[in-house]
Amino acid sequence: MRLPDLLAFAGRSLSGTRTRTVMMLLAMSIGVASVVVLTALGEGARRYVVGEFASLGTHLLIMLPGRTETTGGAPPLFGETPRDLTLDDALALLRERSIRRIAPLTVGNAPVSFGSREREVTVIGATHDFFPIRHLTIGSGQALPAIDPQRGATVAVIGSGLRRELFGSQQVLGQWVRINDRRFRVIGVIGEGGESLGQNLDDMIVIPVASAQSLFDSPSLFRILIEARSKDDIARAKQAAREIIRQRHDGEDDVTIITQDALLSTFDKILRALTYTVGGIAAISLAVAGILIMNVMLVAVSQRVAEIGLMKALGASRGQVLRIFLVEAVMLAASGALTGLLIAAAGIGVLRHLFPAFPLSAPLWAPLAAVAVAVGAGLLFGVLPARRAARLDPVQALTGR
Amino acid sequence: MIVLDRIERDFTVGDETVHALDQVSLEFSVGDYVSVMGPSGSGKSTLLNVLGLLDRPSGGSYRLQGTETTTLSEEGRAALRRAHIGFVFQAFHLIPRLTAADNIALPMVLAGVAPKERTQRVAEVLASLDLADRAHHRPDQLSGGQRQRVAIARAVVMRPTLLLADEPTGNLDQHAGSEVIALIEQLNAGGITLIVVTHDQAIGRRARRRIRMVDGRIDSDDTDEAA
Ligand SMILES: Nc1ncnc2c1ncn2[C@@H]1O[C@H](COP(=O)(O)OP(=O)(O)OP(=O)(O)O)[C@@H](O)[C@H]1O
Ligand SMILES: [Mg+2]
Repeated sequence: MRLPDLLAFAGRSLSGTRTRTVMMLLAMSIGVASVVVLTALGEGARRYVVGEFASLGTHLLIMLPGRTETTGGAPPLFGETPRDLTLDDALALLRERSIRRIAPLTVGNAPVSFGSREREVTVIGATHDFFPIRHLTIGSGQALPAIDPQRGATVAVIGSGLRRELFGSQQVLGQWVRINDRRFRVIGVIGEGGESLGQNLDDMIVIPVASAQSLFDSPSLFRILIEARSKDDIARAKQAAREIIRQRHDGEDDVTIITQDALLSTFDKILRALTYTVGGIAAISLAVAGILIMNVMLVAVSQRVAEIGLMKALGASRGQVLRIFLVEAVMLAASGALTGLLIAAAGIGVLRHLFPAFPLSAPLWAPLAAVAVAVGAGLLFGVLPARRAARLDPVQALTGR
Repeated sequence: MIVLDRIERDFTVGDETVHALDQVSLEFSVGDYVSVMGPSGSGKSTLLNVLGLLDRPSGGSYRLQGTETTTLSEEGRAALRRAHIGFVFQAFHLIPRLTAADNIALPMVLAGVAPKERTQRVAEVLASLDLADRAHHRPDQLSGGQRQRVAIARAVVMRPTLLLADEPTGNLDQHAGSEVIALIEQLNAGGITLIVVTHDQAIGRRARRRIRMVDGRIDSDDTDEAA
């Protein structure tokens, strides 16, 4: 039997039992669609997180005071408190060639007021380089000036949310705000949506790091953002930074350096695993659809006993009858799978429309795997009914015995 | 062409064994016109099924055009059946979802004949059976006689050497029945070997060779000398 004839024959018997075929297509297509849509959601979550990390800065290392990594050794007998990180520590890092720029940060809470309005907000002490390192955009005005980090200045850059709350619709650039009892002149507003990893910069105020240190009366840094020159320099920068700080801290290795890449790859792995899991769970519905196909095909075989007997009388071999019914099962599964892909595409389109910010898209392997599993299920679960058909005794089949 | 030698076909139902064919030995030559008659349950259909390679004898030997068929595999018998044998059934056994033309083409589809040749041969057969205007009707749109003619067309479209008909007129009225008989006799005149099982004395008498079966045995076997 020629392949086109086989396909046409199978197609005709499927369209002969329309309701049954449509129900089957529905079951299979829902399975395939859910695999594709769920993996698209998982993949979207992954991309979203990756995107967030990218907006945190590229080739970024974060240095924290204290050693929080698990070393596996015995706990230190002498409970030495780690040294603080200072501005001098931070500036010393710039000696290293693989480090392009740094941003020493301090963080504290303080009341910020303008006129009669006052808000308790997070105050960030930073430098000019903080803005490019964190990929922050300036909505209006300018970023912190590129002055000597050791020197303070009474200027501030505020988040757009804080701007709204303190100033309403008033002109903001050039106005003086009060932080604690000190006055700072607003020179810039951070662009809308200046957000990364849940840390919303909309409600913060950024002032020069030296000013913040004196405001909070503390010389210690909250952390140091380090930007390596390139992706390849990250490892070297990390090692060099650690070495520089150790020399400055009398040989104590008392800082933690997080590379963004390490964090990123951890998240990446977790979310990928999540996507696979979700896809796998959805794939169970494909197996269920496969069992339904088996059921449908068994019914088809028992309804077409006489036809099978006839085909044998006309010279069809067992193999041929087997093939005819297998092709029918696979065709059912495959067209269900294709319908499922269409449904998935429509579903993803709708979701994209509803949540435009979420990077929703199915990874390429998902539709391929879903269709492969669907067709595989059709083949696997089609075997039993097809074998039953092939084994029918033609005489009994024809006489309906 | 056909040599049956002490063919047996036993069916076991519960503890009992039914000898549907009991030591049947027969020979048929090319172009024979044979009727098989006998009481119900005498083994006529079983004989036809064995001849058509649909059923396997329990014992004995069956040679079809020199090939010993009893030792063939299932696939081997399917191939012989495809090449040499056409069946006509009492119940027509047309596939309801296929048109007359597609039903007739089915054996060629199964045999992998190219579509172009198929269309041509179907057209020829339809024309010779006077069914050309019914080509695109489905079986439920045809009369009984037309259905049986479509079934006959399907049986002969592969140009078999042996045509086996089991009560071909059993579901038809007198008129349609005689049309069908005329048709298969015309095919026989064209050289095909024809074996008809029937309960109808009138039809049975038309055959040049008349076999009567009782209890799985050949009771009588008469051949017209004149023909
Ligand atoms: N599959 C089977 N299982 C058991 N017994 C069978 C089977 N097929 C046929 N028989 C028996 O074999 C005998 C012959 O049956 P067969 O169908 O050949 O009779 P027949 O001559 O064609 O009868 P009818 O004129 O009623 O069609 C009967 O006794 C029947 O009961
Ligand atoms: Mg019978």
